[in-house]
Amino acid sequence: MAKKKKWEYSPAPESKQPAAIAGRYELFINGKWQKPSSGTYFNSINPATEEKLSEIATANETDVNKAVQAAKQAYEKYWKKISPTERGKYIFRIARIMQERARELAVTETLDGGKPIRESRDFDIPTAANHFFYYAGWADKLDFAFPNKKANSLGVAGQITPWNFPLLMAAWKIAPALATGNTVVLKPAETTSLTTLKLAEIIQEAELPPGVVNIITGDGQTGAWLTKHNDVNKIAFTGSTEVGKIIQRSLAGSQKKLTLELGGKGANIIFEDAPIDQAVEGVVNGIFFNQGHVCCAGSRLYVQESIAKKFIQKLKDRIGTLLVGDPMDKNTDIGAINSAQQLKTIQAYIKIGKAEGATFFETDCVLPKKGFFCRPTLFTNVAQSNRIAQEEIFGPVLSILTFRTDDEVIEKANNSPYGLSAGIWTDKGARIFNLSKRIRAGVIWANTYNLFDPTSPFGGYKESGFGREGGLQGLHPYVQLS
Amino acid sequence: MTGKKPVFNPQILNHPPVEQTGVEERSVRFTKRSIKGPSKMQGLELVLSMIDLTTLEGKDTPGKVNQLCTKAKHLHDHIPGLPTVAAICVYPSMVSVAKKALEGTKINVASVATAFPSGQSSLRIKLADTRLAVEQGADEVDMVISRGKFHAGEYAYVFDEIAAVKAACDKARLKVILETGELGTLDQVRKASTIAIAAGADFIKTSTGKIQSAATLPVTLVMLETIRDHFQKTGKKVGMKPAGGISKSKLALHYLVMVKETLGDVWLDKHWFRFGASSLANDVLMQVAKEKAGNYQSPNYFSID
Repeated sequence: MAKKKKWEYSPAPESKQPAAIAGRYELFINGKWQKPSSGTYFNSINPATEEKLSEIATANETDVNKAVQAAKQAYEKYWKKISPTERGKYIFRIARIMQERARELAVTETLDGGKPIRESRDFDIPTAANHFFYYAGWADKLDFAFPNKKANSLGVAGQITPWNFPLLMAAWKIAPALATGNTVVLKPAETTSLTTLKLAEIIQEAELPPGVVNIITGDGQTGAWLTKHNDVNKIAFTGSTEVGKIIQRSLAGSQKKLTLELGGKGANIIFEDAPIDQAVEGVVNGIFFNQGHVCCAGSRLYVQESIAKKFIQKLKDRIGTLLVGDPMDKNTDIGAINSAQQLKTIQAYIKIGKAEGATFFETDCVLPKKGFFCRPTLFTNVAQSNRIAQEEIFGPVLSILTFRTDDEVIEKANNSPYGLSAGIWTDKGARIFNLSKRIRAGVIWANTYNLFDPTSPFGGYKESGFGREGGLQGLHPYVQLS
Repeated sequence: MTGKKPVFNPQILNHPPVEQTGVEERSVRFTKRSIKGPSKMQGLELVLSMIDLTTLEGKDTPGKVNQLCTKAKHLHDHIPGLPTVAAICVYPSMVSVAKKALEGTKINVASVATAFPSGQSSLRIKLADTRLAVEQGADEVDMVISRGKFHAGEYAYVFDEIAAVKAACDKARLKVILETGELGTLDQVRKASTIAIAAGADFIKTSTGKIQSAATLPVTLVMLETIRDHFQKTGKKVGMKPAGGISKSKLALHYLVMVKETLGDVWLDKHWFRFGASSLANDVLMQVAKEKAGNYQSPNYFSID
């Protein structure tokens, strides 16, 4: 018998065809596609190939003003007046069209942002549609959400979304705003505007009254004009802590309501009685999901010292099976880093980690020649005093620390400027309750990680921001109770 | 195999707990691997070579067993170069028939034993049953564990029984059926796997095929992880056989993905991995024919036994 050939997965590329990306995108203002008065456009590239995908309009101050005025008029003219049930119908319609165009959206998301097609297909797009479905249901039930109170809409919501989950974050922002009767001006992140622009097409297709949702594109400056605009009643921002602080400062003294969903350095805690193999999966999912571009990533791993050696070995074995490469291949586990700039940031932190004396480990997978890629990386022998244990890296880089007792790990988990997420892995129910009460994080998962549902609120403490998105709590930031 | 008789060490029961949700999530991930092109063809042939073609019925006759053995030798002669299945799996009374029918081939004869499928008999009867199968020429013995004793907490009994059957197997390889559908939780699956491996199992096997649910991806994953942990601790390999409920090629390929990503490529061999199935072979053959010809053919073109 001939020598046995190793069984490998053949390439299984998803087709680019369904994306149907236009050569150029204008601004979506007052229900129409409008040329930017700036007259300028910027390129959107595929981070896996560095090829240009499309060019996108830059909104200047005039355009921002136009969009906000459109939203204000739509609020007064239509959205404030129609019945909550009608509002719900429109939102349901958006959700359904998103499902119908799911493949197009998934392929676009992957081409534009670099995330594996498996994730955009199985997570981003379905979860985004679910958010619209969920909040559509709330539209005519606000009296039940706020018993004995009246929930009044605010007016125009200015929203800014990040580049890590472009369409999903747009859904998190638009769905509750519309359900509570507000109109919207949304600016997606510069590097990943395409699915949000497709969402504008969907909103057009769903025949929402003109101006109820406006999508303007551009860089940070466009966002700044939006947040400072006097006719905006509410700002919702998801992004870096640095920019969040600038926005908070700029809103001081104004009447605008604000929610900030910022950075994180999630503590993922493994006790010696944890379900080890599932915890390894949870750690992998916690830090390598979406290339680690997740604000609630479990980027600080705390392992009880008694099992640290065994656990870290299992973790190394497991990440050895992760396939890094072409995001369009259905078998890819880790895709492309979102931008050249982000890759530089991650590489800088890897350098810092090495210089700080932590033990560096990366898998030996072969990276594609073009595009922005980073191997799954672990740092062991890390201490609280290391920068890689304190600062958000936003990439596939995990810092591993050890601990001995419950109190010690609670103190260490809280010893961070952030407070967005945490994970607890143990077989003891009482320990889960004890830790989840004492760890100051907006989301705490027990024996799982990075699980999301529209019915569950999400948000942070401290430098991770304030306000909640999702669930009943996600309605609060968009209403004034009387 | 003249080693000492293994002694039950209760410490083996201190295995990490198993979280069902996590196991299920991981199992779903294996099904997301897309197996296309050359990889699909190679995988399908691998599946064929790992099948234990099975008939375990009260109405089994020499005639039926002879026909099944012919199928084992000639899976689908219209496509040359296909592998044969790994083994034929029958009751002890049919071993001699199968042995004769398969003479001169590399196909093994596996026999169930130990009061299959319930295992509700004495050790004496079970050992006699095992010896009968081995004397008739069985190359492999598929025993069942005493689930009653297991649920009663008599782990040492379960262990000793497996060890005794192993001794009675002589040169035959022993597959230990846990009947996971009766064990209740994945924690119990992990425990039973640990006991079986420590007692000397050459293979651990999910099910008799007589109970629902039979083989599932989550159950198999927990068993594979037990095998992996044992291998990392001792350097000794143990085989795995999911049985019952795997009748489609796509699912079989997902099992291979799971083996590859949990245990590594070494286990992708009929010596270490088997499918216990009766109808899987023809579904795989239909897929192979489709890959070669470009279109699906009617099931009528594939012999049933």
